[in-house]
Amino acid sequence: MRQIAFYGKGGIGKSTTCQNTLAAMAALEQRIMIVGCDPKADSTRLMLHSKAQTTILHLAAERGAVEDLELDEVLLKGYRDVKCVESGGPEPGVGCAGRGIITAINFLEEEGAYEDLDFVAYDVLGDVVCGGFAMPIREGKAQEIYIVVSGEMMAMYAANNIARGVLKYAQSGGVRLGGLICNSRNTDREIELIEALAEKLNTQMIHFVPRDNVVQHAELRRMTVNEYAPDSKQADEYRQLAQKIVDNKKLTIPTPITMDELEELLIEFGILDSDEQYQEALAADKTVATV
Amino acid sequence: MTDTVDQTQTPTGATEPGKIQDHFDLFGRDDYQDLFAVKRQYEGAHSPEKVAEVAEWTKSWEYREKNFERESLTVNPAKACQPLGALFVASGFEGTLPYSHGSQGCVAYFRTHLTRNYKEPFQAVSSSMTEDAAVFGGLNNMKQGLENSFNLYKPKMIALCTTCMAEVIGDDLGAFVTTCKQDGHIPEDLPVPFAHTPSFVGSHITGYDNMLKAILSTLTKDKKAETTNGKFNFNLGFDPYIGNIRELKRILGLFGIDYTILSDNSDTFDSPNTGEFKMYNGLTTLDAAADSINAEGTFFFQKYTTPKTQEYITNDWDQKTYNFRPFGIQGTDEFLMSLSAITGQPIPLELQQERGRAVDALTDSQAWIHGKRVALYGDPDHVLNLTRFLLEMGAEPVHIVVTNSNEEFEAEARELLTNSPYGQEATVWGKKDLWHLRSLMFTEPVDLLIGNSYGKYLWRDTGTPLVRIGYPIFDRHHMHRYATLGYQGAINQFNWIINTILDELDRNTIVPAKTDISFDLIR
Repeated sequence: MRQIAFYGKGGIGKSTTCQNTLAAMAALEQRIMIVGCDPKADSTRLMLHSKAQTTILHLAAERGAVEDLELDEVLLKGYRDVKCVESGGPEPGVGCAGRGIITAINFLEEEGAYEDLDFVAYDVLGDVVCGGFAMPIREGKAQEIYIVVSGEMMAMYAANNIARGVLKYAQSGGVRLGGLICNSRNTDREIELIEALAEKLNTQMIHFVPRDNVVQHAELRRMTVNEYAPDSKQADEYRQLAQKIVDNKKLTIPTPITMDELEELLIEFGILDSDEQYQEALAADKTVATV
Repeated sequence: MTDTVDQTQTPTGATEPGKIQDHFDLFGRDDYQDLFAVKRQYEGAHSPEKVAEVAEWTKSWEYREKNFERESLTVNPAKACQPLGALFVASGFEGTLPYSHGSQGCVAYFRTHLTRNYKEPFQAVSSSMTEDAAVFGGLNNMKQGLENSFNLYKPKMIALCTTCMAEVIGDDLGAFVTTCKQDGHIPEDLPVPFAHTPSFVGSHITGYDNMLKAILSTLTKDKKAETTNGKFNFNLGFDPYIGNIRELKRILGLFGIDYTILSDNSDTFDSPNTGEFKMYNGLTTLDAAADSINAEGTFFFQKYTTPKTQEYITNDWDQKTYNFRPFGIQGTDEFLMSLSAITGQPIPLELQQERGRAVDALTDSQAWIHGKRVALYGDPDHVLNLTRFLLEMGAEPVHIVVTNSNEEFEAEARELLTNSPYGQEATVWGKKDLWHLRSLMFTEPVDLLIGNSYGKYLWRDTGTPLVRIGYPIFDRHHMHRYATLGYQGAINQFNWIINTILDELDRNTIVPAKTDISFDLIR
């Protein structure tokens, strides 16, 4: 059984990429479980064709303790028999979402949810902000991390930050970076940029997922592209990514870069202006304002 | 597995109905001793010779240096954690139920701690937070907790403090209490002061300060009057000797001063056994506490326990505050003379005579303490009081260990020591623990150790006689009933110190015609 995790900046399309890819992997005869690690609990809707599934923590709160739950109450089978489970978590602003993920994953382990599987995939919220969100990469759980990224500056900042989290646990545990998944935002020179970033982080851009409206159309119908439009070009992209992940042998210890290095890279690709250009731009703005 | 192991793993005849063996006797029996011997092979245990060799090495200067380089480990710190102090101070107020917002284990620990010291039941409740509360926040637990405690125990005030779990997940106590009142779980007018008391910050004295400030600011809200009430407030800080509160009240009674003790928990920890259970024994009435804002001034006896409360009273109440240490002769003299000057009341003759008796007591046995090297530890204020008293008697403090130290305290302690001929050998070891003290006592031995029950391990290892003064004292009874404050308190402390020295003297001259050459009853 391989355990993989998807990380990346909020809103980058982790859940969409994760579910579409896993749907394609399931077609490759892989037995898969998705563990949604996000209090918003939106990691499995495309698989289950539902709004949101009942989460472990929601039910635990109702019952009073996580010990009172049965696995089959929270573990549902979705498209192509992919097993789906959501950790859930507290309302925004209270409690501890990180602890929630720890609780949920401990529950799954104790209840034997990890049996008879080829892949477990964790879909994790945003950055590795605390120990709880690092749970999927701790204690020998997920061994391969895929970072979903785009050519946008903040997404790359986040990717680098996640690489730092992975590095921390790579030294003590066995976690490795599997690659960057570029979920295209149609920014300039996106492929070259992400490939350059991947090289600096000592990893690969495992796949470039182009932007295609069919993804949104499928999402509206609470489906993955593989189900909604199996013959589309986009479905093929996810199939390619799925095959690459299944075959992936390039698992590395990342080499996160400094902020300065990252900014240099962005300047090189014209995403970020150099200091001189920045000053010029400011001056130009002033001229415009006075006119 | 061999037959021998099987036989020795289940000792037979362990219990005879109605005849329960003390565990020392039980584990001393052959079957248990054999079991321990067999177990050693699975524990990778070193030979007794090797153990003895290393134990000997831990007494060396070399080990001391290693010990003092220790960074990531604390062994036997001379402090407890914040909520202990918070519950301690809260329990001194009328009808007050101390409430710990956290898991049951935390409050059980504090209750046990206090009960073991005072041999009294101690009532405090908790939110019983479990894993779901850690994830979703403790609001629901608090709603139910407050409602249950109010309905079951009918308190006049619930004093809330937090624990680590609630602090780490960031529970917002202020909003929680307001919500609980708005939702009708507790009455709107029930005072519910709350203090943030994470155990990973500060120590029990920090928690004491936070809770006292919270209680006073809650109770005195909108109570400020145009004129003063002519009273004085007194706060003793985290003082484990309930005899001190009673002694202070006696002194103030002799002076004829109208006073409020801010947190009088003397009956909480020493309630009379009348055959009827009384849940609340806090003696500071809520009215008196509310009116304390209108007092002439507030006296603090533990400067380093209550800095925030003192600052609050000085600034927010615009009230005069005083710091005194009425312990030992000098300390009591200063307090009484200033009290007389501040209140305009003469020092009562009875106290003057008591002073004479205390001085007399000191001269009676001063010869036995003079020049004795002493190690001591405890809270900053506790240690300062003791140090000053020791210097007064001509004893020489050598090692002074304060785990919950601060710079201001250390400066004050150093000044005190520098200005006395008996303080020249002393070092104040801030932020150190009792394992450091062990090294100090082996490399630079002393004649006497003063501290709480945990000093027993140092007594055992180093053979230094231990005088139990401090908190907690679990392994001796009734000490807390006595005063250490005032002239009476000086005599009490002196009694404990001198007679420990004399006990040790007897112990060292116990072999007839060998160590006891002259067959003397006394020397």
